[in-house]
Amino acid sequence: MKLIAAMSGGVDSAVAAARAVEAGHEVIGVHLALAANPQKYRSGARGCCTIEDSHDARRAADVIGIPFYIWDMAEEFHDGVVEDFLAEYAAGRTPNPCLRCNEKIKFAAVLDRARAMGFDGVVTGHYARTEIGEKGKTLHRAVDHSKDQSYVLSVLTIEQIQGAIFPLGDTTKVDIRIEAEKRGLAVAQKPDSHDICFVPSGDNAGWLRDRLGSEVGPIVDQDGKKIGEHKGAYTYTIGQRKGLGLTVPTSDGSPRFVLKIEPVTNTVVVGAREDLAITTMRGERPVWCGPAVTEQVEQGFVQIRAHGAALPCTYYFDGTLLVATLKEPLLGLATGQAMVIYDGDRVVGSATISETE
Amino acid sequence: MSEQLQQLGNPSSLHTHGRATRKTLEDAREAIAKKIDCLASEVIFTASGTEANNIALKGLFWNGKKTGKNVVVISSIEHHAILDPAHWLHTHEGAEVVQVPVTTDGVIDLEFLSTLVSDRGSEIAVISIMHSNNETGVLQPVQEIVAIAGDIPVHTDAVQSFTKTPLSYKKSGVTALTLSAHKIGGPLGIGALILRRAFEIPALLHGGGQEREIRSGTLNAPSIVAFATAVNDSYDAKKVCDLRDSFIAGVKRLIPDAYINGEKSDRLPGIVNVTFPGTQSDTLLLLLDGAHVSASTGSACSAGVHEASHVLLAMGHTEESAQSSLRFSFGATSTQADVDFVLSVLPDVISRGRAAHI
Repeated sequence: MKLIAAMSGGVDSAVAAARAVEAGHEVIGVHLALAANPQKYRSGARGCCTIEDSHDARRAADVIGIPFYIWDMAEEFHDGVVEDFLAEYAAGRTPNPCLRCNEKIKFAAVLDRARAMGFDGVVTGHYARTEIGEKGKTLHRAVDHSKDQSYVLSVLTIEQIQGAIFPLGDTTKVDIRIEAEKRGLAVAQKPDSHDICFVPSGDNAGWLRDRLGSEVGPIVDQDGKKIGEHKGAYTYTIGQRKGLGLTVPTSDGSPRFVLKIEPVTNTVVVGAREDLAITTMRGERPVWCGPAVTEQVEQGFVQIRAHGAALPCTYYFDGTLLVATLKEPLLGLATGQAMVIYDGDRVVGSATISETE
Repeated sequence: MSEQLQQLGNPSSLHTHGRATRKTLEDAREAIAKKIDCLASEVIFTASGTEANNIALKGLFWNGKKTGKNVVVISSIEHHAILDPAHWLHTHEGAEVVQVPVTTDGVIDLEFLSTLVSDRGSEIAVISIMHSNNETGVLQPVQEIVAIAGDIPVHTDAVQSFTKTPLSYKKSGVTALTLSAHKIGGPLGIGALILRRAFEIPALLHGGGQEREIRSGTLNAPSIVAFATAVNDSYDAKKVCDLRDSFIAGVKRLIPDAYINGEKSDRLPGIVNVTFPGTQSDTLLLLLDGAHVSASTGSACSAGVHEASHVLLAMGHTEESAQSSLRFSFGATSTQADVDFVLSVLPDVISRGRAAHI
C-alpha cells in the first residue's frame, strides 16, 4: 500500500513508520505543524509542537530512508481542536483534545488529503490494534494495556478505521524503545509526552484563565446557599475536592466535592461525596467503530477517561443518545468527556457525555 | 578536489607544503577572476554566498554611516541572504531600509529607484539589487541601476547568474558582487565576494586577516580549487533555453490555466516558475518527488512550513496563487527526454493536487 506516516518527532511514530516500511509498504513521512507560532525547543513533557520536534521527525525519516514533508495544519488544528477545547470549557464541560485531534486532524484532514493524493491510508504510532473479521475491520485495545490509546481513537468511523494503520498495537512501550535503539533512531530515549500539546506551560488552568478571563463567582451548596467564591468556574472539575478554598465547614465535618458547574450563572455547586454518585450516562453525537449499536440492550464495558478503568455496564442506543447503565455507581463524572463502549477489547463506539444521573 | 584534499599545507604557511597549496589556490583565484572579469586581488573567498552578502551589505553600510549615510536600498525580491542582513541592520544599527518594488513581470521599478536617488541620494549608504532572481530567473537591469546610483556603492547578488548568462564585473560597474560555487556545479559551502580594491570595508570575522583583512579564517583550499574548476564547466545556454521553452509549451498545452511568472521579462535559461491554480505547492512537490521529479517552492519558515513566496507576492500574487506555484530548474546536463518525462507525469500530479486541495 501507499501510506502516509504521521511523524510527531517522538519514538512511537518513528518506529511505526519504520515498521510500515519493513512490512513492504511505500511510506512517506509527514510531520504536522499544528502550532501557528511554534517554540524552538521542547520544554518539559510536551507533545509535538516545537521546531526541535519537527527536526527529530525529519532525522528519523532520514534514518529510516523515507521522504519527509511538513504539512501545515495549524489553522485546522486551531479551529477544530483549540477552539473546541475553549468552547467546551466555557460551556462547563471537560473536553479531551487528543480525541478531537484524531477525529478532525489525523484521520480526517490528513487522511482525506492523503486519499485525494492517491495514498491508501495513514500510519500512526498509536497503541491500538485493528483486526479484520466477520464484523469487518474493527478497532481494538493494544496489547500493552497501560499504554492503550483506543480510547482517544474511538471517534473514528468505520471508513476512517479502513484507512488507519497502527503498527505498534502488538508491542509494549518498553520493547518499542529497545527496537528504536536497535534501528538507530536517536529518539529512542525521548521522554513521553503527557500534557496537552498546545498548553506550553502545562498550566491548564492558567492557560484557560488567560483566554476565558477569570470572573469571580459563587460556590454554593446543593440548597443554593453561597459558601465561597471561585476564580472562574471552568477551572474546576466534577469530583474535585482540593483547592476549593471553603471556610464554612459542613455540619458533620465531611469534605465537599464539586458536583456541578453552571457556566451561564458562573456558579460552582458542591456537595457530599455520595451526591457525586451516578449510575447512568447519556452521550450525544455517537460514532460507531463497527456495527451500529441498536435499541437492543447489550452487556459490555464503558470507559470514561483515557487511561481509566473499563466499567461493566449495559448499553443501548435510543435513536439519539447512547445510554450506558453501570453495574456499580461511579463517583464524579464530568459532561464533555467521551464515553467509550467496549465489547471485550473491541471498541464498539463512543459518544460525548451530555447527561448523567 | 580530491588531489587537493591530500595536500597538507596551510596556504598561509611559509614552508614548502604551504607554498604548494598557495600556488594552486592562487591559480584558482586567477581562474575565477578571469571568468567574472575582475582582478585576482578583488576576489575575497568566503564560506558561502550568504557570508559574502553579509560582508558586502553590512560593510558598505558601515562605511557610509561614517559620513552620516543611514539608508540601505534593496529590492523586494532579494534572497533572504540580503533581506535578513538588511533587517538586522535596521533593528541593530538603526538603518532605514527602503525596498524597491517590482513590476508584475518581476523587474525592479527603475523609476522608483531613480526618484529615490534624486530625492535622497546623499543619505543612501548602499544599494543592493540581485543580478537575477532565484525563484523566477528574471534578470535585473544592473547596468541601469549603477548609472542611476552614480557615486553610491552598488552590490549585486550574482549567485544565480554566474556562468549562466553574460556577466562581467568590470563592465557592470558594481562595487561588489557575490558568487557561490554550488550554483555552478562546484562544492557546497564556498563562495566569493568580488570587491573593488579601493573599498576597504569593516570585517565581520577578525583573526589572521587572510583575505585582505576583510575576511579572516584559514582558506578552504580544496573547495576553492574545485570552485575554480567548475567555472570552466561548459554551459550551453542556447540548449538550456530550448529545453525550457519546450517545457513551457508542454505545460501550457497540458494545463491550460497554468501560467509562467515573469514570462515577458528577460530571464536566465534554466529557471521556470509556474503557477498551477487550485493547487498547493507542497502537495505537488510530494507527488512530483514520488514520480522522481525534483522541483522546489519559494521558501519555508523555520518550522519547515511552506510559506507564500515573498517574490511572487511582490509581483502582485495573492497568498493563494503564490502558494500554488513551483520552480523547475534545468541544467547543463538536462535533456529533452527529462522534459518529456516531467510532462508525462504532470497532468496526473496536477489533478491529484487539485483533488487534495480541500
